[in-house]
Amino acid sequence: MHDFINYLLFGWFPYVALTIMILGSIIRFDKGQYGWRSQSSQFLRRKQMMWGSNLFHLGILVLLFGHFVGLLTPIGVFDALGISHSFKQLMALTVGGIAGILGFIGCTLLLHRRLYYPRIRKSSSKGDILVLFFLWLQLLLGIATIFWTIDHMDGSAMVLFMGWAQGVVTFNPAAADLIIDANLIYKVHIILGLILLAITPFTRLVHVFSAPFAYVLRPGYQIVRSRRLARRTRVSPPSSAPSSVPSRES
Amino acid sequence: MKVRAQIGMVLNLDKCIGCHTCSITCKNVWTSREGVEYAWFNNVESKPGIGYPKDWENQERWKGGWIRKKNGKLQPKAGSKWRILANIFANPDLPEIDDFYEPYTFEYEWLQKAPELQAQPSAKPRSMVTGQALTKIEWSGNWEDDLSGEFSKRSVDYNFSGIEKEIYGQFEQTFLMYLPRLCEHCLNPSCVASCPSGAIYKREEDGIVLIDQDQCRGWRMCVSGCPYKKIYYNWSSGKSEKCIFCYPRIEAGMPTVCSETCVGRIRYLGVMLYDADRIEEAASVENEKDLYEAQRAIFLDPNDPEVRAQARKDEVPEAWLEAAKHSPVYKMAMEWDVAFPLHPEYRTLPMVWYIPPLSPIQSAAEAGKISTNNGMPDVKSLRIPLRYLANMLTAGDEAPIATALERMLAMRAYMRAKSVEGVTDNKIAEDVGLDAHTIEEMYRYMALAAYEDRYVIPTNHREKNENTYHLRGNVGFAFNEPHNGRTKNNDVFGGPKKMPRKPFTDSP
Repeated sequence: MHDFINYLLFGWFPYVALTIMILGSIIRFDKGQYGWRSQSSQFLRRKQMMWGSNLFHLGILVLLFGHFVGLLTPIGVFDALGISHSFKQLMALTVGGIAGILGFIGCTLLLHRRLYYPRIRKSSSKGDILVLFFLWLQLLLGIATIFWTIDHMDGSAMVLFMGWAQGVVTFNPAAADLIIDANLIYKVHIILGLILLAITPFTRLVHVFSAPFAYVLRPGYQIVRSRRLARRTRVSPPSSAPSSVPSRES
Repeated sequence: MKVRAQIGMVLNLDKCIGCHTCSITCKNVWTSREGVEYAWFNNVESKPGIGYPKDWENQERWKGGWIRKKNGKLQPKAGSKWRILANIFANPDLPEIDDFYEPYTFEYEWLQKAPELQAQPSAKPRSMVTGQALTKIEWSGNWEDDLSGEFSKRSVDYNFSGIEKEIYGQFEQTFLMYLPRLCEHCLNPSCVASCPSGAIYKREEDGIVLIDQDQCRGWRMCVSGCPYKKIYYNWSSGKSEKCIFCYPRIEAGMPTVCSETCVGRIRYLGVMLYDADRIEEAASVENEKDLYEAQRAIFLDPNDPEVRAQARKDEVPEAWLEAAKHSPVYKMAMEWDVAFPLHPEYRTLPMVWYIPPLSPIQSAAEAGKISTNNGMPDVKSLRIPLRYLANMLTAGDEAPIATALERMLAMRAYMRAKSVEGVTDNKIAEDVGLDAHTIEEMYRYMALAAYEDRYVIPTNHREKNENTYHLRGNVGFAFNEPHNGRTKNNDVFGGPKKMPRKPFTDSP
């Protein structure tokens, strides 16, 4: 039974979560973009936003990038570069720990202002509060794993998680077995992470996909929209019609 | 030279009575919705005052508009593109809803529903954001109406810079003017420049600046980027909204709602032709006081055959060229020199211009001592300080404001002589650099202000811009418009069945 649940959560659920995130986001974007926004509440209350939002976003972006690189880079790359497993784990622990704590402080500030300030509380949807609470919990769990990790600094557990993540993205059905004996705290962290991916299309989290880097590439500053650009006219009198197109007369 | 046309607006402040009809009609049409209860696309401010939102003219605080860098290039005052992106998580320059006001309504229902009570039931104010009862309303959209509030607070007004303002706090010396404000639909809009999503754009055909509601992601840089604070964050939808210059009406040749309903007949709408190639050059002149003239320099004379030829090449519709000849905005801004841009020092090249108000003559009790200039009072003795108007309309240059006021006084003197005394005194006109014909035209436009003279709006000629063949079967304002005679398949679940391509029926 334990095997089955382990397979369900770590072998099967990752694909469900990723599918919901990718397909759901595409469908939402395609269906209409009026609801696609960051839904910032800074306008209703500035206090706690400057520190809260900056710390939270900075922390979470470092963590996201760190998890991607740390989990998905093939272990061979680190071996080739001469980075030992224990050193990599130490790096991940330090950088991730600092980013996690900064992000957690920011998230706590944001959660506090969302729950305890009536203007924001009243204008928040259930999804807004849920997402922020999940992120807060996830940061807390992530920081909590440090206490288990420092007990075994050889990096062996980390290598197992890397194997699992890379197994999932390479469609290896045995991926889930690698982490069957991992501590519960890591497992809960992973499951909550996957849940966050799965709820992305139904929440404000979609604004992540709209990070406006194109702004820097925009030539100049101004945008003028012309209707003439939409004027697409193809002049093709019947006499000069290409032979591949059957004409109505023939 | 690249000729583009825009519908510009002029507001004759000399005739504004501060009735707020423009604000109310605009509100009823465009912003009577959740999330924008606090927003007034058009509002009327009593000046001197700090305005709406509070202290909006203080760009050291809000970082709106542009700055000219040492190398002569323009950059949004908020910073470079990287700087703006770095502020995306929390915009340090963003006003809060309290800088506008917390929208509220009153419990009118309670007045009818209340049971028998010891005291009269009262309609308590309730916040429209939280729904909670408000104990005290501290501020609202028109809080400083008709000089209400202490002078010490109102006189924070930015336009007092360079003026010994203390004396204007005295009852005998005080002055009042109204300033109706809406989006300026600038030639060099800093809201467009600061939008990281590229959702804000200027329409080529009529110059109206709009926010694409589908593309806006709510990064809120435009709210602080606009120096006039005329972009409003809809806290409910999470998107920014702004004055749309009533584009559905303008397209049909009708004036905007604020103009149409103006009981003082102070608003004018007309075509302005300008050289789109020289916008950057005009906006980046070194001296702020030259910005007014620099903007005038890129406006083109609609009677110039060369301009008209180039305009035709740039596909400005013929009706627009004709309307430009009769544009009241062109006459006021370019021929009579009586209209001015609001705060040209923001370098946005605004397209809503203002005729400065005349005011009662200072020290009326000492009537004998009024300094006069050829029988006309010296504009320096008017109650509203010239410098105050200049700070508002010409970046502090008093000379053009003085000329405009002199011309308006001359118009009154000339017409008074003509209609009361039956004397046509050409000298009055000549003294202010005009001729009798021009003065009478000014009188026709500015004093009589007939509907047809105020609003010269050509309809949009989409047939010039769009291939109408492709638009056939269109239903108007639907979200999924047919294109090329077919409904576009913009749905991942597929769409309607496709018609086969028709290679020979496409119109040129």
